[in-house]
Amino acid sequence: MTKNIKVIIIGGSAGSFTVVANILKELPKNFNIPIIMCLHRLKHIREGFVEALQLKSNLPVVEPYDKEKIKAGVVYLAPANYHMLVEYTQTIGLSTEEMVNFSRPSIDLTFQTAAGAYRSNCVGIILSGANRDGAKGLKFLKEHGGTAVIQTPEDCKVDTMPKAAKAITTIDYEFTTDQIIDYLKKLTS
Amino acid sequence: MNIEPQIVVGLTELRKLSDFIRYKYNFDFSHYAVASFQRRIMRVMEIHKLNTIDDLIKKLAASVTFYDDFLKEITVNTTEMFRDPSLWRALRENILPELKNKTTIRIWHAGCSSGEEIYSMAILLKEAGFNGNVKIWATDINSNVIETAKEGKYPIRNMELNEANYSRFEGVATLKNYYIEKDGFAFMDKNLLNNVTFKIHNLANKEVFCKFDLIMCRNVLIYFDKVLQDDVFKLFHESLNRHAYFVIGSKESMIWSSISNKFKLINDREKIYQALI
Ligand SMILES: C[S@@+](CC[C@H](N)C(=O)[O-])C[C@H]1O[C@@H](n2cnc3c(N)ncnc32)[C@H](O)[C@@H]1O
Repeated sequence: MTKNIKVIIIGGSAGSFTVVANILKELPKNFNIPIIMCLHRLKHIREGFVEALQLKSNLPVVEPYDKEKIKAGVVYLAPANYHMLVEYTQTIGLSTEEMVNFSRPSIDLTFQTAAGAYRSNCVGIILSGANRDGAKGLKFLKEHGGTAVIQTPEDCKVDTMPKAAKAITTIDYEFTTDQIIDYLKKLTS
Repeated sequence: MNIEPQIVVGLTELRKLSDFIRYKYNFDFSHYAVASFQRRIMRVMEIHKLNTIDDLIKKLAASVTFYDDFLKEITVNTTEMFRDPSLWRALRENILPELKNKTTIRIWHAGCSSGEEIYSMAILLKEAGFNGNVKIWATDINSNVIETAKEGKYPIRNMELNEANYSRFEGVATLKNYYIEKDGFAFMDKNLLNNVTFKIHNLANKEVFCKFDLIMCRNVLIYFDKVLQDDVFKLFHESLNRHAYFVIGSKESMIWSSISNKFKLINDREKIYQALI
């Protein structure tokens, strides 16, 4: 690894929950890079999601407050009915602006703002999903020097989202869930 | 309008723009949260087909009307009736009973946007048996949304979500009792506005105009930086009666505020605070 990775951004939709749960289960307690996750979810259900992920995870999983400082070893999950943005001060910014790609939270928004704040120091990973949200975000991230990763379409329950990303961006790595886990583990060692 | 910005505006350009606006129009954007402000600027440039910040600045310099429109497009106005139904249940069950004995109850909705929150409050109060002894102030910086709020006319397609929220709020009736449907719009019952005063008000000017028993300011402070947030928290504190209530959005927090010790968090999930002094 030549790049100094300071943040990992993950986007997922239909079929991504198990993947995310498996990743979180495998990452060690001392994993010292922040993980920012934008997963599509029902607008009106505030409870349950973060709790379900926390059960699997060795790392703390939080739905951040607006202006929360991004810390190493913490997993940030976009709260229901808010876009989750990454501020230049490396804090979380929340927004209720219009839906993007019929989604709030929108993966494009999280990826674009994270890329703006972290430039080449970020990895963006697009997982299984049934729409195109995240494709433009991953492109933007790649154009700003970040590393673009998708879940191998064959490994996905629904491959529309990684395929849409691949169609417009040169992908650095196509990984299965296990390979994503190995890759992430190596980033900190 | 769902517009995805393609233009990229850098931080130096943003600063140039906000310096210009402060100089020319005396409006200070320097304390808006950068990431969302940047997105809104790019969106406006997309809508008006402007390619560079200098093009935007030229247009702003040439026309006050354009500046007015620009201001309205920069603010995020999305809202819902009974957004976060559990908050509205908590208001009904825990807060209103505490206010019931007051001779006059004063409520301020700061950043009321197109008024969905105002109608929600009016419905809540009506269903809880409050009559004339409530006075509501609804303020926003954006005059367009205030006009919509007064008119109480909403696209019928928005009502599905509002109805769903109302039923999660477990209101006594159905939302349909409070509006009539015509030509693809829902027209809200104007009687709901009997006790409401609308006012254009810029929170950044820190103007106290009354003392309140309840202030609601949800999903407005997320668009400000911590410095402006703190100023606005102080404004609210000055505008609250002793032991009055203060509600922010469910994902906003006062923990970083220098005056958080002047408030007690009485419902963490719904972010209901009470002014201590
Ligand atoms: C997202 S809406 C919130 C609507 C409603 N409170 C809710 O939570 O559904 C934010 C509102 O804040 C208003 N706003 C932004 N800056 C403001 C300022 N400086 N002073 C007053 N209102 C402002 C915007 O015009 C917009 O209507």
